[in-house]
Amino acid sequence: MVTLTIDGRKVQAEEGATILEVAEDNNIYIPTLCSNEAVKPYGACRLCLVEVTRGKRERLVASCLYEVEEGLVVKTNSERVASNRRMLMELLLARCPNNKKIQDLAHRLGVDGTSFELEDKQCILCALCVRTCAEVVGVSAISLVGRGTGRAMATPFYEPSDVCIGCGSCAYVCPTGAISFEDVGDTRYIKWPKNGMEFKLKKCKTCGRYWAPEKQLDYIIKKVNLAPDAFDNCPDCRD
Amino acid sequence: MEKEQIVNRLNSPDELEALRESIVKSRDPKQRCIVICGGTGCLALGAQKVITAFRREIEKGGLESKLALRITGCPGFCERGPLVVVKPENILYQQVKSEDVTEIVSATVKGNIVDRLLYVDPNTGKKVTHEPEVPFYEKQKRLLLGDNSNIDPTMIEDYLALGGYAALSKVLFEMSPEGVIKEVKKSGLRGRGGGGFPTAAKWESCRQAPGDTRYIICNCDEGDPGAFMDRSLMEGNPHSVLEGMLIGAYAIGGHEGYIYVRNEYPLAVKNAEIAVKQAEEYGLLGKNILGSGFDFAVKISRGGGAFVCGESTALMASLEGKVGEPRAKYVHTVEKGLWEQPTNLNNVETWANVPLIIKNGADWYAKIGTDGSKGTKIFSLVGKINNTGLVEVPMGITLREIIYDIGGGIPDGKKFKAVQTGGPSGGCIPESMLDLPVDFDELDRVGSMMGSGGMIVMDENSCMVDIARYFINFLEGESCGKCIPCREGLKRMSQILTRITEGKGKDGDIDLLERLSATLIDSSLCALGSTAPNPVLTTLRYFRDEYEAHIKDKRCPAGVCKELVTYLIDEEKCPGCGLCVKACPVEAITSMGKKKPVVLDQEKCIKCGACYDVCNLDAVIRK
Repeated sequence: MVTLTIDGRKVQAEEGATILEVAEDNNIYIPTLCSNEAVKPYGACRLCLVEVTRGKRERLVASCLYEVEEGLVVKTNSERVASNRRMLMELLLARCPNNKKIQDLAHRLGVDGTSFELEDKQCILCALCVRTCAEVVGVSAISLVGRGTGRAMATPFYEPSDVCIGCGSCAYVCPTGAISFEDVGDTRYIKWPKNGMEFKLKKCKTCGRYWAPEKQLDYIIKKVNLAPDAFDNCPDCRD
Repeated sequence: MEKEQIVNRLNSPDELEALRESIVKSRDPKQRCIVICGGTGCLALGAQKVITAFRREIEKGGLESKLALRITGCPGFCERGPLVVVKPENILYQQVKSEDVTEIVSATVKGNIVDRLLYVDPNTGKKVTHEPEVPFYEKQKRLLLGDNSNIDPTMIEDYLALGGYAALSKVLFEMSPEGVIKEVKKSGLRGRGGGGFPTAAKWESCRQAPGDTRYIICNCDEGDPGAFMDRSLMEGNPHSVLEGMLIGAYAIGGHEGYIYVRNEYPLAVKNAEIAVKQAEEYGLLGKNILGSGFDFAVKISRGGGAFVCGESTALMASLEGKVGEPRAKYVHTVEKGLWEQPTNLNNVETWANVPLIIKNGADWYAKIGTDGSKGTKIFSLVGKINNTGLVEVPMGITLREIIYDIGGGIPDGKKFKAVQTGGPSGGCIPESMLDLPVDFDELDRVGSMMGSGGMIVMDENSCMVDIARYFINFLEGESCGKCIPCREGLKRMSQILTRITEGKGKDGDIDLLERLSATLIDSSLCALGSTAPNPVLTTLRYFRDEYEAHIKDKRCPAGVCKELVTYLIDEEKCPGCGLCVKACPVEAITSMGKKKPVVLDQEKCIKCGACYDVCNLDAVIRK
């Protein structure tokens, strides 16, 4: 265990934990858009910046990546931190001016307008979808395409992916709602910012409702070695 | 000089020395040798034709025994290429064409000089016969580049003849790894790749880091516009880099190394590959080097051309076969780098310095340079400068000496305006600071940086806002896009700078640029983003009036920004000669007959400035 100070409060933490994790455990708010406990920290949104002092050296670090140390002094909302966050929110607000989640977070951080020309995007390229697809689902059907300002989230060559199982984890984990999915009749529609795909849903043998993508069920059967008929019934109709 | 040769593996320091002696003995120091620069710069200027012509001429005359031919790397004076030097006299012929070859060969055989191909010092009008007396070379201290003319980089024997691999032999048999680190520490060597981090401290941390395998990397992913120091070292003297890596590997305890070189440097890739193969054949790389029991293998990995891959963590990701994106360095790469193992990465020039330090001693090395920056530094001097080329100078030399004494000043009698050091994320230094001693700390202090050593000179016709826009555009294009401040921030900076240069700048734009800069510096994930504001901040610091002229007066003082410039015909001066009529690409100028001033149609004018450039009578006014 190590002892550190966050915003004047002495807290104990496990070695190897990140500042963000420790702050969350202690109900200290640090904003973030690209972190999720299901995947490895990435450090892209930079909103979780905090000021750390070690010895005489003061600097800003991404709290999602920085591991706690004995005697570390952390300020989660110093003026330097706050002004950087405000500028980051101005940049995000210019990119996604019509996104409710971004508007709300900007407002919470004291930003209600942006100095920059407006675009109309929903995706902030945090890669949570991509990382979840790779690290949690294990299929890597989507990735970040291109570099710099031309970067986008998509399937390879913007074509329907052979490996996507239609599970919708990407939509679930997206912090801005830039990815959506909808089940209509026997079909699931997933919409990414640049392209989309359709998936056939499996019909429950008992109640007849369409309840999950066939590809996803096949994937699970194969992965955990279940009987081929394991998903013939939906969860409600299973014994 | 392709010949089949059976190479005997060297199994001891004595065998290395014996080989060296036999190479030196077999060579006549008085033998005339035609040295031709085969570096990328001279090749681009037609050196291959010159090389072919020399080969043919020597063969035709049966002169093989009288005249040797050596194709080397870059000696630095690219402005005057293709370069030919006759040794041992060191007679320099410049801007040589294949048509000149017959004359050079016949004169050289007779011991004569081809007067018309000598360099003429533009300041004195005098011809200079010998290479070291050319002012461009006189003030340089060419510890690293000096050997380029004496080495055919495809022949390890040339490097051995000059004492090559003696430093390696010395560390393997006479020094402990700790002793090597101590010596490098005493020399004061700092990393030449940009950061200027003390080399020995990095080696020591890597040596002490827990882990099974330690990797040694040479960063030859030189991507700064206008910079070619590392390329020229790797092309011209690859064994000096390999020897440095070997010594570092021994000191750190590493047995596997990589040279990461950009694929756009085909000659550097080729020469590095040849060097590795030859060193392996002699037992200077691989298992049980020189019979010492020390193993070290080097692989060459070609980069795909992303600027960001010069950043150490992005480079390592690329080596691992992943997308070249940086990661946070809270855990240093010396502890967890390539494949999560302790990894020591140094730049080409840093590695090339190491054998010199071991060979001549840290005390000798530490005498060169300033208190905080030791040794020499290679700069690529480009832009509005008379002598474009590579210059190697002792740390602490002033910018004025580099630009005027070595670089020969600004072409066409124009006025110096600024010099940009440190690559695209360096800063622009104004005339008032020309006497600044050039070292790591002084450049940092004025808001610029050493970077890897690019030096771009600008004259009075450069618009500093436009320059800042150019570099920010470059960085925007090279940002990997991972973190928001760099990706979104550079896009916005670029938009603001573009609108200022288009005359659409607003009140508050300067303030916005400064606020954006602060966030990029503070919050970017890697150094590409955190140093990117430098060109904006230094031009704001030293040329703020130019920004204000663009924004408030809608005027570009340098006359560069098209939207802010108007071309007019001075009717009293214009004799209607029609030169501008022919030069105009859009037929915006109409001839009204002889001795009558021409008429310029502002509606059609695209403000290219062709009329302004072509008029000898100052009859075209730029406003």
